[in-house]
Amino acid sequence: MPETQGESTVLEFRDISLRFGSEIALDHVSFAMSAGDSRIVFGVAGSGKTTLLKVALGLVKPDSGRVYVFGQDATDLKETAWFHLRARMGILFQEGGLFDSMNIAENVAYPLINQPALRERIGQNGAVDERVREALRFVELEHTLDKFPSELSGGMRRRVGIARAIVTEPPLLLYDSPTAGLDPITANTIINLIIKERDLRDAASILVTHRFQDGHLMADFRYNPDNGQIEKMPLKEDNQVKTKFFVMNGGRLVFVGTRAELRASTDPYVMKFAK
Amino acid sequence: MLDILKTPVETFQDFIVLTGRAFKNIFRSPHYVDDILIQMDTIGVGSLPIVMLIGLFSGLIMGNQMARALRTYGAQGQIGPIVSITIIRELGPVLVALLVAGRNASGIASELGSMKVTEQIDAMRALGTDPIQKLVTPRLIATAITLPLLTVIADYLGLLGGFLIARFMFDIRSAQYWTPAWQTLVYNDVVQGLVKPLAFAILIALVGCFYGMRTSGGTEGVGRATTKAVVWSSIWIFIVTYFIGNIFVNL
Repeated sequence: MPETQGESTVLEFRDISLRFGSEIALDHVSFAMSAGDSRIVFGVAGSGKTTLLKVALGLVKPDSGRVYVFGQDATDLKETAWFHLRARMGILFQEGGLFDSMNIAENVAYPLINQPALRERIGQNGAVDERVREALRFVELEHTLDKFPSELSGGMRRRVGIARAIVTEPPLLLYDSPTAGLDPITANTIINLIIKERDLRDAASILVTHRFQDGHLMADFRYNPDNGQIEKMPLKEDNQVKTKFFVMNGGRLVFVGTRAELRASTDPYVMKFAK
Repeated sequence: MLDILKTPVETFQDFIVLTGRAFKNIFRSPHYVDDILIQMDTIGVGSLPIVMLIGLFSGLIMGNQMARALRTYGAQGQIGPIVSITIIRELGPVLVALLVAGRNASGIASELGSMKVTEQIDAMRALGTDPIQKLVTPRLIATAITLPLLTVIADYLGLLGGFLIARFMFDIRSAQYWTPAWQTLVYNDVVQGLVKPLAFAILIALVGCFYGMRTSGGTEGVGRATTKAVVWSSIWIFIVTYFIGNIFVNL
């Protein structure tokens, strides 16, 4: 798909509201993000974090408001048109969302083979295999190609989920609670992979989490391609602006700001996620 | 009053929408031939042993009961036509459909239900496939092809069962059983016996997929979806067989 003009905003929500029955899922949510931006979304369970990602992916349609994806108004698009936009997004679902009936290689190859927009571009099988290996190498799971999701640990499944999300090299990545239910060490490995992906390709990413350490790592650390390590960002650098924190409650964005602003907040609900 | 009707009407409407989309996808690419073959194997080949068993026993039971009743009128020779008409028109299609509903409507609902609650259905959409195209349509096609075939096999074994009883318990000669059993059948019976399983197949596959796709509430929800799929497909089998039977009686 050719790059269109006016794509500096990768994703924009304008006054999005959504209800499931009588339950408010999103309440007048507005924000915009550009390439290389990170958004860390905090909030208690049921505060609308996952719904936010689903609206961004077009899996759920908002009741009111407009969604712009890659500069295009996607609110009223049909499912088939959404496929073209989704081909440029990567998503990691909460539990990985891997297909039980397929092995790891087939899982990671799935978007390459099935995305209508990518199928034409990638074509031959050899290229798909190479991309799959590369993505699994990135998450250091190349040896699991023939295994099935049920044979892997929770953390490994999450890493395969990341591999499947990045295999198409999308400019926008959405991570739904990638560290939920994992031990701190595995959780850090996952976040390091997300940082690496963000910094290597300048992808925009939204990270939904309830662990404040995840946001802290995303905001303060960067990937150094020279030695392949994750290192602390020099304080001078103006990286803080690229990473913004959202706090959600009852479907509303109750806080939007940088890390320093998050720390300075006096709202008791917001403070829960600052430390 | 209207509130009571709201949920069933909405459910029925959702079911019709799913049906429409599933049928539309039959004629649209991409076609997932592999998935169709896998489903034909699970639904068709997988159900074969139990369908054969049930077919044979329905014939044995029918023959046994009918022959006794007919003997009081001295009409044991009529056992062939009675077994063949009952089994081919009604018993074969309904018994096989009920079995496949128990076996596969539940299987489909629990498989799709688990996929739903573990976000695999969302993942499919996010990764560029229409879940109806990838999951529902192949199951619909596979069931529609295999259920009539299974029914034919069950019908034949039913006739064979009736014959075994007639021949070895009531001492009726082979020709005396098979010739009238065969000659009594008219096109109406055969067509009816094949239209029914086709309708049941569509019903079983779609009801299974429908309850699977709208599963919510975790593992418990999968259990509920499975139960509903079996109960509703069985109920609909009886309703549909009554109406199809009625249509053919009047033809």
